[in-house]
This record gives sequence, structure tokens and C-alpha cells, in this order.
Amino acid sequence: MTEVNIVNLIKNFSGMTRPAVDNISINIRNGELIALLGPSGCGKTTILKMITGLLTPDNGDILLDKQSILSVPTEKRNVVMVFQNYLLFPYMNVNENVGFSLKMKGDDPKIINKRVQEMLELVKLPDIGERRPKQLSGGQQQRVALARALIANPRLLLLDEPLSNLDAHLRDEMRELITSIQKKLEVTCMFVTHDQEEAVLLADKIALIFDGKLQNFAEPKEFYEKPINVSAAKFFGGVNFIELNKNANYFHSSIGNITSNQTNINELNTKCIATIRPENIKISKENIYQDNFFKGKIKSVIFSGTHTRYKIVINNLNLECSLQSLGIQNIKKEDEVFVNLPKDKIWIMNE
Amino acid sequence: MNQNLKKINIYSIYLGAFILILPIIAFFINAFSFRWFYPQLIPKELSMQAWVRLKLIPRQGNRTLEGFLDLWATNPTVIKALINSLTIGFVVTIVSIIIALPAARVLGLFNFKFKKLIIFLMVSPTILPPIAFVLGLNINFISLGFSGSFFGVCLVHLVPIMPYVVLTLTGIFANYNPDFEYQARTLGANKFKTFYLITLPAIAPGMVVAALFAFLVSWSQYLLTFLIGAGKIMTLPLLVFSTASSGNPALTAAISIIFIFPAILILFFTSKFVSGESSATSGFGKI
Repeated sequence: MTEVNIVNLIKNFSGMTRPAVDNISINIRNGELIALLGPSGCGKTTILKMITGLLTPDNGDILLDKQSILSVPTEKRNVVMVFQNYLLFPYMNVNENVGFSLKMKGDDPKIINKRVQEMLELVKLPDIGERRPKQLSGGQQQRVALARALIANPRLLLLDEPLSNLDAHLRDEMRELITSIQKKLEVTCMFVTHDQEEAVLLADKIALIFDGKLQNFAEPKEFYEKPINVSAAKFFGGVNFIELNKNANYFHSSIGNITSNQTNINELNTKCIATIRPENIKISKENIYQDNFFKGKIKSVIFSGTHTRYKIVINNLNLECSLQSLGIQNIKKEDEVFVNLPKDKIWIMNE
Repeated sequence: MNQNLKKINIYSIYLGAFILILPIIAFFINAFSFRWFYPQLIPKELSMQAWVRLKLIPRQGNRTLEGFLDLWATNPTVIKALINSLTIGFVVTIVSIIIALPAARVLGLFNFKFKKLIIFLMVSPTILPPIAFVLGLNINFISLGFSGSFFGVCLVHLVPIMPYVVLTLTGIFANYNPDFEYQARTLGANKFKTFYLITLPAIAPGMVVAALFAFLVSWSQYLLTFLIGAGKIMTLPLLVFSTASSGNPALTAAISIIFIFPAILILFFTSKFVSGESSATSGFGKI
């Protein structure tokens, strides 16, 4: 149970034109599970290394429960990292691996054995204590690595791409294991990933980082429904963007006027961008809509199981729309349709 | 056809091994014979005279435990040379590994400007004939007072040894993953425990191979010991050369056996680390 405050963190590397980590502040509450999300090279791993003490920040501070840990050496921080490739020590068996941190503390061997057994039961691998790491599958290795990290009662648990090395069917299992253990032990946890799906599946909140700068720190849902800018929207699979000019109470675009229910309209610049998720666009052959409707043409129809994707062109604007395949209307390629962008679903942001 | 080829391969390996072992067999016969000359196929008479002259075995009639101990207490030259060779070998082995370890870590793990040039400079003693630099070095050593000293000989032995040790250890670190160390640190191990529990087991097999190279290169060093030692530091290679030039084959053979025996012994115990399947040349990479 630890509260973590990252305050104005800056890290420069020689030979780089911009800071690897540029003035990032993140506050994490007790027992929260946070994702640092961004493309590779965005500085997320650098942040983890500064928290563990493998790198020293050029500026800023890292606080655990309001106390700075920058002057504390790595081994005394009790911030444990689980690496992407698990890094089980090859010369030790599973019991010795899991008990490593307790042995470093100098605990009694009997207590260590008991705790190791508890931890292995927690990760649902009670009978593999005598095995060597190379005798385990990837999924098993990761669970052992998790047990080895959790046995130390870390103040903060760091995970490096926890699901990316696993097969699809193991991912779900591992995700459930991580979230259930994390809630059970109430350990504050932070993980890095470049995969937005992984972040959305696991995290309570996501910190999106581009080029060393924090874009947004919010709950996963918000990244889909209310992205902060175009690149953030694109990172979460946004495909529909409409350039707008702000007027008194509506927005002008190349396809016509658009209205929105949005409450923060005053904060928007004159030039802004509207986005809408493909699954929120409605299409119909008859005009059944009140507002925000436009006449368009279907360019292609792609059936993908539960959903069918339509590519629509309105004037020169391309939009993508995704409808549930079940109970679908008979809409074909080259059909003329009415396209509705519901005003409670459209989201307008600065560029 | 394939089967026959395999047989031929195996036989040629046996033949090669036999050709390598043949001179050593001749050594053994020579060392225990009396005046074995051409055209005799086998020696006429077996004798211990070479070993008696080396003061390793007492004269006939005196071969009791006491006789042996009394003889060895006179500190025969060959034992002195053996002890010198062993001591110098062990000292330079340990020193070379301690010096090479940090260098190899940097060369193996990081890329930087002029890396190839630095490696070339490090390897250069293996290309350069010792005679080319040792005469100049000798003048410096004399003015520094290292000439004729144990310290000076150890120092000059490091010149041909360092390339082997650095290159062997660099190979290990090239496949070594330092994240294992970071992992241990975050789990509460301090720097010393991390080195002892994590780094050392990973690089130990490679260190054995490097040590083997270091020891054997030092063990067979003649010219450098001869010039820098200024005749005051007697090692086994020096003794072999001087005996061989005196023209007593039995004596030369006996010293040669003493000379090669420790080398064979060390090779025997470390051979499993030198084979291709061992992790000696792979660090954590193959585990």
C-alpha cells in the first residue's frame, strides 16, 4: 500500500535532441494499477529505470508515501521490477528464485520456505519448486517471476510489458491472475507497454506518453471516448477525423455543419478536429435522422464476423463505420446512404 | 558410402592423435633409458640415471622415504624451476583476469567509437614477435630496476597473455544479459552479493577457459623470462633449453616430462569447459 508521486521528472541522454523524459508528473493512489503507454522509445522504460534507481533523473523527484527515494540505493527501495523476459536466475531452482529477496534480507530458512510455498500457491504453481527455470514454459516462468517479486512485499511493483510475450489464450489467464493478485495484496503497481490493448485490459488508469511528454493520464474509457488530441486518438484506433471551424454555436466543416453536446466548447480553438468511433456512426438508406446527418456513398463493405465495416465517402471525406452484423440492413457497395454522427457521441478536440 | 566415410574420419582422428602422442611416448622411453641411440629400435638398458642426476630420485640403495626427503631438502634446480614456473603462472593468471574483467565487460556489452581500434591494439601482442619489443622493454626495465626480479618477469608475461584473456572474456560478455544484475538489485541484493550470486556463476566457465589460456601461455614462455629475468629467475622452459643444448637426451626428456605434466593435468580438468557444448563461450545466452 503505497502512494506514488512522480514530480516534474526530467532525464536527458547525451546525443539525443530532446529529453528522453520531459517534465512528467504522475500521481498514483494506494493500490492502483497504472499503465505507462506509448510507442517504443517514448521514454516509458526510462521512467521505470529511474523509479528502480538504475538511472538518476536530471531533475524532479520520485516520492513513495511523500518521501523522496532518489537518495536510496536500488536494493533498499523495495521497488521490484518484473522484466519482460522474466530473468529467472538460471543457476537456481524455482524455490531459490522465489526466495531470493527474503534470503537477501537474511530471513530464517524455515520462514523463507513457508513464504515461498504460499507465493507459489498464490500464482497457482504449487508443485514446481524443485524445477529449474529452463524446464518451465513461458507462462510458468512469468508466474514464478511474479511470485519472486511479490514475496518481497514491494512498496511498488513494476512490470515491463507483462502480457506481450504470451499467446492469446495465456494472455487472458495472466491478466486475470495479475489483476486478482494485485487487488488481493493491494500492492501499488505500474507497468509499461506499447500495446494499447494490454493497457486497456489491465490498467485502472493509463498514462499516455509520446516523445517523453505526458499526453494524458486518465481512465481507459476516456482514451476511446474523449481523446486529448489526434495522435492520442489514432493510438487508440481512431480513424475518423473531420476538420472543423468553430462558430458561435455550431461547427463548420467541408461536409456541412456539425453540432455537438460537448460542454467544454469554450476551451476549443477556432480550428479544431472532430472524431467519432466507427461503432458510433449510424447509416441508413432512408433519412430517419434529426441532425448531424449527411449524404454519402458506400465505398466498400468488409464482413468481419460479429461486425461489418463500411467505408463511406461524403464529398471528399472518408469515414469508417462499424455495425453489428446481426440484423443488418441490406447495404451494398456503391449504395447511397444517410450517415448520422450522433451529437452525444461525436468528440471535438484541439489539433 | 557414408558409413565408410565415417569410418575413415574416425581412423584419421585416431591417426592424428597417435602422431601427436608419439613424441611424448619417445620422451618417456628416453627418460628411463641409458644411452638410447640410432639404430637401436628400443633401448638396450633401462635406467633412472636422468632422474638421479636431476636429484629427484636418490642413488640406488638409498631409495627410502628418508633418502627421498633428504635429497629434496637440498632444493634441486629442477624443483626450484618448477616452483618458479607455477608461482609466476598462478600470479599472472589471477592478475590478468582481474585486469581483463572490466575491460571485457565494456567491450562485450557496449558499442563506442574506436572500439575496433582498441581491440586491434589489445590483440597486437599476438601478431608482434616478442623479440621485437622485449629488447627495448628490457632497457626500460633495467632503468626501473625490474630486470632480474620476479615482479619484472610477471609483468612482462602479461604482455602476451592479456590478448587471450581479454578476448575470451569479451566473448562471454557479448552474450551476457546485465538485466539479470538489475533484477537482483531490485530484489534487494547489494552490489557485492549481485556479483557473487549472479555475475560470477554466469561468467565462471569462461573465466576457467581464460585462466587456462593465461596459465599455459605463461608456462611456455621462454624468451621473455630469459631476457627480463636476466638469468636470475629460472623457470622450466629455461631449464629445458639449457639442458637440451648440453646434449643429454635422457636428461632433456626427463625435464620435458616435468614440463608438460602440469599442463596436461590442467587441460584434463578443464577440458569440459573448452568443448563447444559448454556455456563457457556463451555466458547467459545459451542457458
